[in-house]
Amino acid sequence: MSSLIDRPNAPESEQPRAGSPISTSSEWTFDLIRQYDEEIAKCAAEFGLDTYPNQVEVITAEQMMDAYSSVGMPVGYHHWSFGKQFLQTAKGYQRGQMGLAYEIVINSNPCIAYLMEENTLPMQALVIAHASYGHNSFFKGNYLFRTWTDASAIIDYLVFARHYVSECEERYGVDAVEEILDSCHALMNYGVDRYKRPSPISAAEERRRQKEREEYEQRRINDLWRTIPKANEDDDPVRRKTRFPAEPQENLLYFIEKNAPLLETWQRELIRIVRKLAQYFYPQRQTQVMNEGWATFWHYTLLHRMYDKGLVNDGFMLEFLQSHSAVVYQPPFNSPWYSGINPYTLGFSIFTDLRRLSENPTDEDREWFPDMAGKDWLENLHFAMRNFKDESFIQQFLSPKVMRDLRLFAIENDDQEDHYKVTAIHDEPGYRTLREKLARQYNLSYREPNIQIYSVDVRGDRSLTLRHIPVDRVPLGKETDEVLRHAHRLWGFDVHLESVDEGVVVAEHHCPQGTDDEH
Amino acid sequence: MGMTHIVDRRLNGKNKSAVNRERFLRRYRHHIKKAVSDAVQKRSITDIERGEKVSIPTRDIEEPVFHHGQGGRQEVVHPGNQEWVAGDTIPKPEGGGGQGQGQGKASPDGEGMDEFAFQITQEEFLDFLFDDLELPNLARKKLKDTEAFSYVRSGFTTQGVPAKLDVVRSLRGAHARRLGLGGARKKKIRDLEAQLAALKSAPEELDLAFSHADQIRVLEEEIARLKANVRRIPFIDEIDLRYRQHLKQPKPATSAVMFCLMDVSGSMTQMHKDIAKRFFILLYLFLKKNYKKIDVVFIRHHTSAKEVDEEEFFYSRETGGTIVSSALKLMNKIIQSRYSPAEWNIYAAQASDGDNWNDDSPICSKLLSERILPQVQYYSYIEITPQDHQMLWYEYEKIMEQYPQSFAMQQIADPRDIYPVFRQLFERKAA
Repeated sequence: MSSLIDRPNAPESEQPRAGSPISTSSEWTFDLIRQYDEEIAKCAAEFGLDTYPNQVEVITAEQMMDAYSSVGMPVGYHHWSFGKQFLQTAKGYQRGQMGLAYEIVINSNPCIAYLMEENTLPMQALVIAHASYGHNSFFKGNYLFRTWTDASAIIDYLVFARHYVSECEERYGVDAVEEILDSCHALMNYGVDRYKRPSPISAAEERRRQKEREEYEQRRINDLWRTIPKANEDDDPVRRKTRFPAEPQENLLYFIEKNAPLLETWQRELIRIVRKLAQYFYPQRQTQVMNEGWATFWHYTLLHRMYDKGLVNDGFMLEFLQSHSAVVYQPPFNSPWYSGINPYTLGFSIFTDLRRLSENPTDEDREWFPDMAGKDWLENLHFAMRNFKDESFIQQFLSPKVMRDLRLFAIENDDQEDHYKVTAIHDEPGYRTLREKLARQYNLSYREPNIQIYSVDVRGDRSLTLRHIPVDRVPLGKETDEVLRHAHRLWGFDVHLESVDEGVVVAEHHCPQGTDDEH
Repeated sequence: MGMTHIVDRRLNGKNKSAVNRERFLRRYRHHIKKAVSDAVQKRSITDIERGEKVSIPTRDIEEPVFHHGQGGRQEVVHPGNQEWVAGDTIPKPEGGGGQGQGQGKASPDGEGMDEFAFQITQEEFLDFLFDDLELPNLARKKLKDTEAFSYVRSGFTTQGVPAKLDVVRSLRGAHARRLGLGGARKKKIRDLEAQLAALKSAPEELDLAFSHADQIRVLEEEIARLKANVRRIPFIDEIDLRYRQHLKQPKPATSAVMFCLMDVSGSMTQMHKDIAKRFFILLYLFLKKNYKKIDVVFIRHHTSAKEVDEEEFFYSRETGGTIVSSALKLMNKIIQSRYSPAEWNIYAAQASDGDNWNDDSPICSKLLSERILPQVQYYSYIEITPQDHQMLWYEYEKIMEQYPQSFAMQQIADPRDIYPVFRQLFERKAA
């Protein structure tokens, strides 16, 4: 609502501070945006924020919805799911429910941030500080982004992917391409290498290698399957000496791309594209709290610095603080608005508290953070930003004070008990467990079921067996059979999925579905 | 510094998601076709040119991924603890193993979360409608495009894009709402305050049951309650918002009248009527692109004819025999009295299942060829029946030879047969 209603210009500050404000009206112009950006950049430099060059693009609300619905990819390939996203976004926007839609930033070099033309000037300044200096420095500094993504190559790669997908659509039909992409999307979260550093993305390289790969891959796959079954050697699967793959594989899409018996080369290429994109987004999925917290901390800090320098007036700050507090609002668990912990709030609180305990440590802080308390706050913050992901960041830096401020508590729901149990709260005996539990909650391999490729019946019916290792007896969700159908489409032969808890198969899923053991 | 590029992208790259949207509609065309077809039944034939809301069950459009189900031992950290300490237990809600924190989200406007609802545009609506009729592209284009349009302000609407928000109107509405909701209460507050003042200044009376102090307290509580009520009235609410509305109006030539004639005798089922309705819609759309003003006259008949409104035309049932000439006579009469051929372009479409009282068919033929056809631009007859023709068809075939320019007839068993009748019409126009 607030952005829709014109408000009268805010009164000038009565006691002008050092400088004079850059502007007093809430209308923006390109020139003003440039001036604000320059001043924000100076403040950012004072705090040692190291960024990629910035590109700020002013776009319309409709373009923002476009960008929003293609998961922030400035050039995506075409797919119905993005259309669905667009319809949803448009609906939300027209009803005025759209959240922080004035902020989209792309992890690329230069770093692209979008400003919506409807925003007022204070909002534009907030977005520049948040995205172009906050997120940007995070992309450049955080170790996950540094090792796993290549900011300078992503745009080229996206263009390459889009062209390749449309070429396939022309050649093989929209439906055939859509089928493969649907199936890849279903397994997208299982298309990443979690531990191994992936080879860098490069469009030129992809194009050059595509031709060679086409021939080589197909030959290699034929080799794997060109086996003349030898009687009596392999009849009994238990006696079979070597399993294929020898070790369970976590990257389902990679395995399918390399080994599925029947796929055409172009289908393998599509899998590869989805896989590469999954890998590109993987660091973002692991650093949501940190990334948003960092960007929020810096828009807050940078704009306050501007205020101290007298570059913005009270009216500006009022509007800015109103937006800021909306962003970091955390509804309590029993509120109708509650939908989990707000990553902006959590991240912002931790970074803010890290600064506090560096500058004004209490005894508690000295005990909990001996290496940080009383040290240079900027160095501490940069260290935290560079070297962690959400899980380890929370584990290291969630302080007792933040737990108290947010009044965190952990609740256990065990299907073998008829009560929920409060297992830890924000008090002395609870701090450490609470912190551990919250950290675990942000561990992707805990958040998503642990499913790996277990074996392929190379000599027999070519069926693929996946293994799910449950944690704390948590079973797989309702959509499992549906996802398996997608895996089956890619693999081309029967696909089995067994949940194995401490060596015992506790649940099975099959595609095509067998006659028995259906749950 | 100075490294930042600021780019104005507002003019380019608009509607990047158009292809994705088209892909989405394509994927769910069955759902949408059904919604369009339902809408056609509900709408008036003169009200076919707007978008439509389509709902798809959410489970049909979900993109499945592996995720944890319910069960086992799950532990979640939440904010906002109020009174619990470690070790507290909370009974689970009845109904067996229910999850405490609901995973489903309530929708703010009562639209079920198991429905994915969205709007299709007028253009998409027509496309799906034409798909149903298997209309070739050229004809579609002719129906959808008009040479000239003008945008006309047409008042205000409660829905729209933020860019078209009318601030003055919205705030006026909000003001009126606040007055409406709060006025009576504010008056009450004033009255009570007056009473209170009077009471405070009045001398103490010795009423032990209801002392002055008590009375004052009661009044003050009431005033406080009313004030709290008034405070809760929001300054501005979603229902106050008003958007400027613009309508696209075609600017074609002159006036036309369209006569819809239909047999409603017992043998015409609702299915027959629905096919007829589509035919009438198509004719209407065609005329609308070519004429500025169109009147539609509905004549229904069994053994006698009657001019009716659209609702009655399509949806009320009659029984009995069939005398087609009654309708033709009535049409002729209406032309004489209201639609002079000098001023009006006259179009007529007749739908029937082919039944007629045998002796009547020659009369029809005579009426048509002598009275009606000389006056009309075009007369089309559709016979909705999979069966053999009867007398009327053969009589009409003779007319066809006589007036190949302005008379067309076609047998229709299925909505997709409707188009061929139109082709003749378009071909004639093109020549």
